[in-house]
Amino acid sequence: MSKIGVFICHCGENISATVDVERVAREIGGMEGVAHAIDYKYMCSDPGQTFIKEAIKKYDLDGVVVGACSPRMHEPTFRKACAEAGLNSYLCEMANLREHCSWVHEKSEETTEKAIDLVKMLVQKVKKNKALESIKVPVTKKALVIGGGIAGIQASLDIANTGHQVILVERDPSIGGHMSQLSETFPTLDCSQCILTPRMVEVAQHPNIKLYTYAELESLEGFIGNFTAKIRLKAKSVNYSTCTGCGACIQKCPVKKIPSEFNAGLGVRTAIYVPFPQAVPNKPVIDRINCNYYKRGACKICEKTCQVGSIEWDKEDEIISEQIGAVVLATGFDVKGTDFFPEYGYGKFKDVLTGLQFERLASASGPTLGEIRRPSDGAIPKKIVFIACAGSRDPAKGIPYCSKICCMYTAKHAMLYQHKVHDGESTVFYMDIRAGGKNYEEFVRRAIEEDTVNYIRGRVARVYEKDGKLIVKGVDTLLGGQQVEIEADMVVLATAGVANCGSEQLAQKLHVSYDPYHFFAEAHPKLKPVETNTAGIFLAGACQAPKDIPETVGMASGAAVKVAALFSKDELVREPIIAVVNRLAPPLYSTCVGCFMCETACPYNAIEHEEIKGRDGSLIRTIAKVNEGLCQGCGTCVAFCRSKSIDIQGYTNEQVYAEVMSLLND
Amino acid sequence: MRCYQCGKCTAGCVLASDMNYPPSYLMRLLQTGTKDNYEKILSSNSIWLCLNCENCVGRCPMEIDIPKMMDYLRTQAIAYDKLHPDSKPIIAFHQSFLDSIKYTGRLYEMGLIAAFKARTFRLTQDLAIAPSMYLKGKLHLLPEKIKDRRGMKRIFAQTIENVKTKNV
Amino acid sequence: MKIGFYPGCSLTGSSREYNESVVAIAKVLEIELVEINDWNCCGATAAHSMNEELSLSLPARIMALAEKQGLTDVVVPCAACYNRLKMTQHELEDDLKRSRIKEILDMPYQGNVKIINVLQLLQQYGIDNLKAKISQPFAHKVACYYGCLLVRPHAILKFDRVEDPQSMDEMIRAIGGSTMDWAFKTECCGGGFSVSRTDLVAKLSGNILKDAADRGAEAIIVACPMCQSNLDMRRGAINKVLNSQIDIPVIYITQAIGLAMGIGAKELGLKRHFVTVEL
Repeated sequence: MSKIGVFICHCGENISATVDVERVAREIGGMEGVAHAIDYKYMCSDPGQTFIKEAIKKYDLDGVVVGACSPRMHEPTFRKACAEAGLNSYLCEMANLREHCSWVHEKSEETTEKAIDLVKMLVQKVKKNKALESIKVPVTKKALVIGGGIAGIQASLDIANTGHQVILVERDPSIGGHMSQLSETFPTLDCSQCILTPRMVEVAQHPNIKLYTYAELESLEGFIGNFTAKIRLKAKSVNYSTCTGCGACIQKCPVKKIPSEFNAGLGVRTAIYVPFPQAVPNKPVIDRINCNYYKRGACKICEKTCQVGSIEWDKEDEIISEQIGAVVLATGFDVKGTDFFPEYGYGKFKDVLTGLQFERLASASGPTLGEIRRPSDGAIPKKIVFIACAGSRDPAKGIPYCSKICCMYTAKHAMLYQHKVHDGESTVFYMDIRAGGKNYEEFVRRAIEEDTVNYIRGRVARVYEKDGKLIVKGVDTLLGGQQVEIEADMVVLATAGVANCGSEQLAQKLHVSYDPYHFFAEAHPKLKPVETNTAGIFLAGACQAPKDIPETVGMASGAAVKVAALFSKDELVREPIIAVVNRLAPPLYSTCVGCFMCETACPYNAIEHEEIKGRDGSLIRTIAKVNEGLCQGCGTCVAFCRSKSIDIQGYTNEQVYAEVMSLLND
Repeated sequence: MRCYQCGKCTAGCVLASDMNYPPSYLMRLLQTGTKDNYEKILSSNSIWLCLNCENCVGRCPMEIDIPKMMDYLRTQAIAYDKLHPDSKPIIAFHQSFLDSIKYTGRLYEMGLIAAFKARTFRLTQDLAIAPSMYLKGKLHLLPEKIKDRRGMKRIFAQTIENVKTKNV
Repeated sequence: MKIGFYPGCSLTGSSREYNESVVAIAKVLEIELVEINDWNCCGATAAHSMNEELSLSLPARIMALAEKQGLTDVVVPCAACYNRLKMTQHELEDDLKRSRIKEILDMPYQGNVKIINVLQLLQQYGIDNLKAKISQPFAHKVACYYGCLLVRPHAILKFDRVEDPQSMDEMIRAIGGSTMDWAFKTECCGGGFSVSRTDLVAKLSGNILKDAADRGAEAIIVACPMCQSNLDMRRGAINKVLNSQIDIPVIYITQAIGLAMGIGAKELGLKRHFVTVEL
């Protein structure tokens, strides 16, 4: 015979204004199995909780129902109170008399009767409740950071500095990402590589960081605190333990004209190459697609040149396995190329560039050693037109969002140009100027007021080439739509920022949500920007949405803290509201027949196979087993199971039916 | 409305410099929703100079159908009778064209030119070209008539001559 | 190969040479052109500028006639007519509009006739097959001018590229010519303003002509009677505005192909141009 305590809250006036709470307590008090029923103004308050605790002891209650606000508000509060009084938390349930009743109805007899029904339902449920214990899951204290740009670098350093191990995986031959391609950064005009390379070196030398470059994630299995990551170490063809980074092979390589990815296609590199002089690690890889040996078995000059015999022709890709506890995604972004724009030439005009390409021109380590020169004829341009919002904010082109950083970097580019070419004329065609960060607005004003950059509000309809010049057909909307035609020497498009290539595939591998533009989805846009909906996987940087360096660094540190918080415990505590497959005594073992419909249904990959073995080790049957760490308690498997062998603890079929029958039998 | 005044339409419009209000400015006038601004539009020459070359809508990031809007504004302008003087020869041409096909079903160039000159008093325009056209066999003296001329008249009667008909 | 044919008013009148050249090369390519019986004028610019229902009824009647004749595909050489027919077909996918127009026409209309322009017809015929019929390579450097109505609005016409189309260029290269990259491939020539605002036509067509001439074009290749007329018949006015004496001829793509096939200038209507054609 149950002894349930019922506590009805007035919630100030929130409930009592429309529900006759005294009557509810009175009528429930007369129910079979209810040992004690009261009402009180604020159940969640200290005295309120004390009533519950004292009642548990005094009446030896074996169940508690609190009729109050939403469980989302105070379930933890009341469950904790019960636990403190010695009653298992999961024997305490809440009936939502506020959001489900008093707040949505007028004061009437029916409203009170509904409240009574709701409490009755929960009482019948609690009669079937069982005591449950929290689940503990062990945590591997090693993090995996995917992506070696500034976001990945910052996150790795922060996690490593808390004393935990980090594995940093980067698919390019060097870490550094787009930040290493920049010449100067806004709003301070700091030299980008000068502030980045110390961190890159720190990563390489940090005792807690294991760096894998020219590597990609092959697969990720498991769950928070217990992932197994398989990483593909692509064959570099160079043995890094013997290579000294002398660079002799690079100088002698005969294949010299491969478009350099680091220089955004403006410069060239060799087949055996280091992407840029400050690369970390500063050792080369061989591009097998373009190398003469791999193409037709010829050459081998690098091997002949190498003093320490580091060339490994026959090395294959290697797949290694690592146990990790958390993942930080820091895969960054990319920008659209000039070929994306029909009205700006489909990419055929050599002197129409993207912002990233302009960065390479302006950079001291770039193809022109920092001089702004036209790719077509090497001349110094006297007139440059910068087109902002090229592709961004353009639903017709499929990119309705704003790429955030272009207004700032366009102003920066114009300023750098004016600083390098004193008699140059630069014009920026813009729609709006988005300069919201600290010192950003002042930076743009500096471009306009001190560096005489000409800002015209209007978009450019088209750009075409005539007699070596680029004719830009724009408009000044602030003058009522006056057409503006400029004969420029160079045009720089601030092209839209997009998700890095391969984002979709990576997200699918990791079961992380992503938006239609392949940016990874954060768990909550306002309050959980560095978490994903997949437990244990965090986000940092532009892979979530275009953003600038300060925000990226902030986010990376935020993700690192989440990882550190996860690693601060040896065990993860989880709510036991999960699915369980029933187990019975032999010879039945379970009513589960091993059809694994639940496995198909489960959105969280939480169903595993369990082999039932006899005493002699022979296999009797394989049945389903729920992984306690992954299961989220959604109940889809319960709906699918045809033999009713799987059920949710805390919301068993029996308990739910009890609630339904209570309502129907009234 | 979706237009965020980027101006790309105006930047690419071949006749923007001849218009009272280039397309993006016209959109802004429409957006204000005031009667004064709407009348400005109807009595401008922009709606008549627009060639429907579709350059604007082809580049518009919001895919706003400006040519269709211009067609609509033209019918509105005629209905309200607030026409810009520049519109006269253009409307005269359109009307002469339509008159020609109303009666014969196909364009009768001589008829078109005659009607146009009558409406605009541009008696000497293109006088020099006419003989060459005729000698090159490009100008028919007599109209080509389709068989179903009654059907043609009926179409006209139910559409342009029945302006009370709600524009679909 | 048999295909429906809608010449439109220009081809039977002021742009007769276009018709002649289309017919001439169709003969060589063994394409039978079946003219739509009792076709009417599509309404061109005048109809859509003055009344929407009229602008939809006139092309609808043409397509209804084609359906009646059992024609599944119709080639429309005039770019303006092509544009009007395609746009009308698209508009009449809306049920309400379609039933209204059917009411006006008092004719059945399904809207499933495939409307193609002359470039699409040649593409369907096959560039390689075309190459096989060439006997006198058209060895000239030309500027291919598409005009505005062949490629826009792209969402409805779905033909070629909007900003730098290549279909005509490919054809010229196939017949032995060389093409050039120039800036006014799709900018409007002034269209229907030929009579009412000749000054604007002179300005717009002048820009086109000048760019082509500056880049060394020996001729301008067109596929639209209005463009041809504006660039050719109005050459006097253009040269006056540009203060120049540009004399490069303007010929139709079908005429260029006809020349490459060895068909005579007279049969192709080349004698009817205002600017002498000596190619």
